[in-house]
Amino acid sequence: MKKSLFHFLNWTVLLGSTILVCLFLGIILFDIFSKGVSSLSWKFISRPPTQGMTRGGILPAITGTLWLTLITTLFAVPFGIACAVYLNEYAKPSVLTGIIRASIRNLAGIPSIIYGLFGLALFVQALHLGTSVLSAGLTLGLLSLPYIITTTEEALKRIPDSMREATLALGATQFETIKDVVLPTALPGILTGVILTLSRAAGETAPILFTGVAFYINGSATSVNQEFMALPYHLYMLSTQHQSIEQVRPLAYGTAVVLIVLVFVLNIIAFYIRFKQRTQQ
Amino acid sequence: MDVKKRENTDWLLKQLFKGTGMVTIVLLGGIFMMLIYNSIAFFAEVNPIDFFTGYQWDPGSVDRNYSILPLLASTGLVAAGSMLIAVPLGIFTAAFLSEFAPGKLQAVLKPVIEMLAAIPSVAIGFLGIVLVGPGIAKLFGMQNGLNALNGSVLLAVMALPTIITISEDAINAVPKTYREASLALGANKWATLSQVTLPAALPGLIAAVMLGLGRALGETMTVLMATGNASAMPGGFLDSIRTITATIAIEMGEVPYQTTHYFALFAIAAVLFLITLAINFLGEYFANSLRKFQA
Repeated sequence: MKKSLFHFLNWTVLLGSTILVCLFLGIILFDIFSKGVSSLSWKFISRPPTQGMTRGGILPAITGTLWLTLITTLFAVPFGIACAVYLNEYAKPSVLTGIIRASIRNLAGIPSIIYGLFGLALFVQALHLGTSVLSAGLTLGLLSLPYIITTTEEALKRIPDSMREATLALGATQFETIKDVVLPTALPGILTGVILTLSRAAGETAPILFTGVAFYINGSATSVNQEFMALPYHLYMLSTQHQSIEQVRPLAYGTAVVLIVLVFVLNIIAFYIRFKQRTQQ
Repeated sequence: MDVKKRENTDWLLKQLFKGTGMVTIVLLGGIFMMLIYNSIAFFAEVNPIDFFTGYQWDPGSVDRNYSILPLLASTGLVAAGSMLIAVPLGIFTAAFLSEFAPGKLQAVLKPVIEMLAAIPSVAIGFLGIVLVGPGIAKLFGMQNGLNALNGSVLLAVMALPTIITISEDAINAVPKTYREASLALGANKWATLSQVTLPAALPGLIAAVMLGLGRALGETMTVLMATGNASAMPGGFLDSIRTITATIAIEMGEVPYQTTHYFALFAIAAVLFLITLAINFLGEYFANSLRKFQA
């Protein structure tokens, strides 16, 4: 008999692979948390860096990342939801719809550094927004769009047509149906996708490199036209660009812990919303 | 509110929603145009033959060599290495999850994979510096472990969640009747998996690999931090390398606006864009050929 491509499979191979994958996560979390927790203190998250970043905390990086994520949210969430509503509620199968869907799939596959270049060319240079938290937030917004559209459309698809038909039969227009019935019902699903996308955006570094992130800012950002510090860039900078890398290693570990905790908290919130929605149904 | 007014509002909002759909086309087109426009400006100054056949990327030297080959070789090497690790691990884990893991174990393993996907690339790159790199240096008796192998290991970890999730969908999409027919013929569960289920899911598995590969090729921070960034032509996995993404990240912050060097970074980005586009199309092609099962 011809031997198949996968003829060597048995328990050991499958279980071993699965254990190895789990081990990867375990090693990552163990190394970062075991070495990073000792750097954590109230001072670390509530004070700015001092003495050439060899001491002090990471407050401006935390507030910078929050600012950035807020701008990304304000831009990408309404836009992404509107596009998903169009695709799921209005669009009929056509060449145009096909092109829109193909664009979205391809946008999701574009490397994040190319979004960075696009943000530099469009927001920083062409629109004269300069290197600022606004430019960087809009760039991350563009990067997030395809994910928000896709997850929102999935959520909208799960709403049964009978609900739409009932509302339309009562005399509501299509927009009223969407606004008062479809979107409120799909809200938990939409929220899950949005939060997961934002957690991904908050951890991104490449798109903000040329659009406004800075090595060090004196004080917290007060306007959207200013450059800003961000947690992922702070970690990159502390681990590769600082003049006394070994000395600031504990600070780098501490920053990594804060970044991962932030991302995981967002993920846990998203999973909780999804879990609650599933148990209710 | 009277009916006419409500219908007008309805029409207006429909156009607004439609407009957002059109923006996605404009966005993709805009990114493409930006890359092409700047690449044309680059090729007006540098011979495309030198760009695609030279052996050196060295914009700072007197000769100003702009050749993409060493960067392309680095990108290909580190991505290929990551796939050598992630493809078998990912497919076997997916097979275990969908065919053999009991429900309770699945409930534990799925969040593990989602957590792995959630870890920011900069944190993975950091581990490459403090943990994996020094490990590789010790293993091979080198001064530092910032090389292609380090990058491949880290990119494998990053591509795994993508490969596992999509492979699992592909395996689940194989109709139950296939497995039942195989088992009824007397094949055991391993023969069924290796000779029926996995071959039937193969297009979907290829799609999973393509998407994982796309992710590895386009990743910036991890390779930037963990591979040493020497821009010479790489000779093997223990050489320091510099990918297209890392080159853009390092040099874009330093080049003056609209110089040859500036345009050159858009030109290498255009090449990367076309490669990832082609890989996504391939992945989609294979994913579509799997969809006939579900129809």
